Amino acid sequence: MARAVTTQRKTINTTVAWGIGLLIFFPILWTILTSFKTEAQAINDPPLFLFFDWTLENYTVVQERSDYMRFLWNSVIIAGGSTLLGIIIAVPAAWSMAFVPSRRTKDILLWMLSTKMLPAVGVLYPIYLMFIQLGLLDTRIGLTLVLMLINLPIIVWMLYTYFKEIPGEILEAARMDGATLREEILYVLTPMAVPGIASTVLLNIILAWNEAFWTLNLTAAKAAPLTAFIASYSSPEGLFYAKLSAASTMAIAPILIMGWFSQKQLVRGLTFGAVK
Amino acid sequence: MIMRKTFGLAAGVLLATTVLAGAETLTIATVNNGDMIRMQKLTDDFTAKTGHEVEWVTLEENVLRQRVTQDIAAKGGQFDIMTIGMYETPIWAKQDWLVSLDDLPAEYDIDDILPAMRGGLSVDGTLYAAPFYGESSMIMYRTDLMEKAGLEMPDAPTWDFVADAARKMTDKAGETYGVCLRGKAGWGENMAFLTTVANSFGARWFDENWKPQFDSPQWKEAITFYLDLMNDAGPPGASTNGFNENLSLFQQGKCGMWIDATVAASFVTNPKDSTVADKVGFALAPDTGKGKRANWLWAWALAIPAGTQKEAAAKEFIQWATSKEYIELVALKEGWANVPPGARTSLYENPNYKDIPFAKMTLDSINAADPNNPTVEPVPYVGIQFVAIPEFQGIGTAAGQEFSAMLAGQQSAEEALAKAQALTAEEMEAAGY
Amino acid sequence: MATRHSRSAARLMMAPAVILLLGWMLVPLTMTLFFSFKKYLPLRGGDLGWVGFDNYTRFVTSSSFWPSVLTTLIIVGGVLLITVVLGVLLAILLDQPMWGQGIVRILVIAPFFVMPTVSALVWKNMFMDPVNGLLAHLWKFFGAQPVEWLSDASIFSIVLIVAWQWLPFATLILLTSIQSLDSEQLEAAEMDGAPPLARFGFITLPHLSRAITIVVLIQTIFLLAIFAEIFVTTGGSFGTRTLTYLIFQRVLESQNVGLGSAGGVYAIILANIVALFLMRIVGKNLDA
Repeated sequence: MARAVTTQRKTINTTVAWGIGLLIFFPILWTILTSFKTEAQAINDPPLFLFFDWTLENYTVVQERSDYMRFLWNSVIIAGGSTLLGIIIAVPAAWSMAFVPSRRTKDILLWMLSTKMLPAVGVLYPIYLMFIQLGLLDTRIGLTLVLMLINLPIIVWMLYTYFKEIPGEILEAARMDGATLREEILYVLTPMAVPGIASTVLLNIILAWNEAFWTLNLTAAKAAPLTAFIASYSSPEGLFYAKLSAASTMAIAPILIMGWFSQKQLVRGLTFGAVK
Repeated sequence: MIMRKTFGLAAGVLLATTVLAGAETLTIATVNNGDMIRMQKLTDDFTAKTGHEVEWVTLEENVLRQRVTQDIAAKGGQFDIMTIGMYETPIWAKQDWLVSLDDLPAEYDIDDILPAMRGGLSVDGTLYAAPFYGESSMIMYRTDLMEKAGLEMPDAPTWDFVADAARKMTDKAGETYGVCLRGKAGWGENMAFLTTVANSFGARWFDENWKPQFDSPQWKEAITFYLDLMNDAGPPGASTNGFNENLSLFQQGKCGMWIDATVAASFVTNPKDSTVADKVGFALAPDTGKGKRANWLWAWALAIPAGTQKEAAAKEFIQWATSKEYIELVALKEGWANVPPGARTSLYENPNYKDIPFAKMTLDSINAADPNNPTVEPVPYVGIQFVAIPEFQGIGTAAGQEFSAMLAGQQSAEEALAKAQALTAEEMEAAGY
Repeated sequence: MATRHSRSAARLMMAPAVILLLGWMLVPLTMTLFFSFKKYLPLRGGDLGWVGFDNYTRFVTSSSFWPSVLTTLIIVGGVLLITVVLGVLLAILLDQPMWGQGIVRILVIAPFFVMPTVSALVWKNMFMDPVNGLLAHLWKFFGAQPVEWLSDASIFSIVLIVAWQWLPFATLILLTSIQSLDSEQLEAAEMDGAPPLARFGFITLPHLSRAITIVVLIQTIFLLAIFAEIFVTTGGSFGTRTLTYLIFQRVLESQNVGLGSAGGVYAIILANIVALFLMRIVGKNLDA
């Protein structure tokens, strides 16, 4: 007998869930709404929800002041590049850990994670000096490398937990059939690993996109991504809620939209081995 | 790596020769204040005149400070021009981190820079940063509320008058607060203001032997006065209000008086942003009759970090941005009220500028400030609302956090002063005084 | 199954990741250690010589050290508590049949995509501002005195902001885990007359323990490093100075690289104690 669900119960579930969902989403919604108000309307008492003169003025002002596309492009390159690089390095590592485990595999994994605990502020000075030596300050390559490194442990771990769920018997069967290692990876493993990799890629893009310490401290004009863009809109002189909202919306919109469209893929692999 | 560099260099040379001869791209770090954003918008004029391009790095004040300090201290060389203040200039210049600006051409008219500003941005008579705009602090008040309270603001009021007026103007139910003062922690936020209050009460940061003075009766009097006044007549959440927050409160008509930077005058009188534009009066910062007023001196200035490859082009930019012509350009496009104030004597002699209601009070406030003798008693340091030593940023902000917590009601004035005294002594000892 | 050949191949495949991370860990760590034994003040001429353990003693004896450790633990603990408890409840709710489940999931997941700087700015200005913030309007609407969030309830406010960002992450992992729960087991228990609370306590919660461990582990790694949320909102005032923030103040505000580096070493030690502690649990849970 399947559990019978009464319409009444479903209605209650729906109401509560929607209520909570909207509550959680509300700060974002409010930011988007405010971005279409004038500065005076943004601080109106009582607050205005939908009935105000919608205007695009803030977006024009923000665009006039800072070249949004340049920041966006840098964000895309840095987040995308570091993810791509990270995946290229992490897939073989995670693969070998999952399929050819040794006694030290777990130690290595945990050690990798522990490198993420290095406090960024504590090592800013050394890294800055290194970047000067290597000529990497304010370059996309430099930032891509740093973001790749800080997220690499998470990527490896996520892929590892995903690969581990792929049953080893399938591989053995393939081997019995005379598949070479290359064929094994290409035709058996890859199709099975795609959802996990996709999810890892998405998570990593989000993390890289939102990283705000290194991206701000290691860039000036050329490689500055959206995190630097937003740093010029926090508390300017005078009324600024509407402009801040517009800039915020512009900074989060691309990743929000990407996230929404790909949330199924993201969720599918976002288990870190939590599901067995 | 070396291959890449040579290739990049070659490409760069190729590019440079195809474009204008000697044309450079300057990277300029600046703060996101209104006047700088205006400068950013007018960059085309500079490019048209000189052929040099400009890439702007516009950041919020705290982020900017952190970035440029980090970069100059580690010799990162990311910026060709940095926007810095009167605090950084002497410290950096003494480290030979800044390029001297004494060789600017005659038409720049370096002697036209207001003496107070030039003094604060020079070390041993050499100018190291050119003032883009300068400010002191003064009282901005609501003429209508003052009238309603049955009072008349003198040109040079005392703290007693200000406190009395603030309490009379306050109507908490109607969300009108007699006085809005800085409370947000930071050496450039509440400590800048509190230090000027302390100066006017005869207190000082250090005695001649660099011993911290927070345990002096003058500090106690000043801090208690501030705390009582804010509790009676200040806005809610004052402990997180800095310049920007107070500006926005004043523009919304929620403050009776506001004692802050003179540059704010053009924002509060601008009808586009301010709901009280036509009801604002100005007065000198208050005193207690001890001979010092509670006004500071500050300039946002443009400086060239030593070691930049583009020194010549950077000088051209500074010459453009801090010139008399730039002021006229802004006046032409945005009106005289919006020109960068407080940098040049000629501006205050200009008949067009004399009509601006806050021009005279700004100049008087600037002229009343003396960074070498900030308070009643002698001090071993330079600076009015700051102490021009490298440790001050850290000390000022840490002390500011104690006073901010005091304003939030989390500790008493005595506790805050004792903690400020202890932490200052601790840091000064660490620095080797 | 693993031949010697595949062993060495595996080692080769792991090498790039291991070497890169080793370099990323060792080089800055060595430099931090180096600086931590020096009096290094960039604004006073840079390297002023070796000082032994001076920086280390100074950092721990400073009046702000222990409070900052405590603040760090409170913030991390607070966020973990909120996200795990609400995450479990939310996951159970989202697992129920309803209309428009996909859209609700989109709404719930959204905060995870917002960069920390933006969420801190939005919360600080548009919600927690005691005059113009939306929460102030709400309080006034009910006739209450608006709360001065960032000064009077500073730690709570920061925990709230950070928890808002991390709740989606916790919810998603827990939801996936709940969905994998064998529903027949629950039904059987239901038919046996087990009350909902008992079913939750004896079946759902044990099933979720693994997912909870993972949420705790991953979030702790990120939470120990939170910076933007504090920098933007309180700047470390009102008792919100975490260890990370204290180091930031030493290195960047006071420009005392030596002292800050010593602080960095302490932070690494603290992080590793927490990590060791966590990994014991996770390790056990992961093997199971």
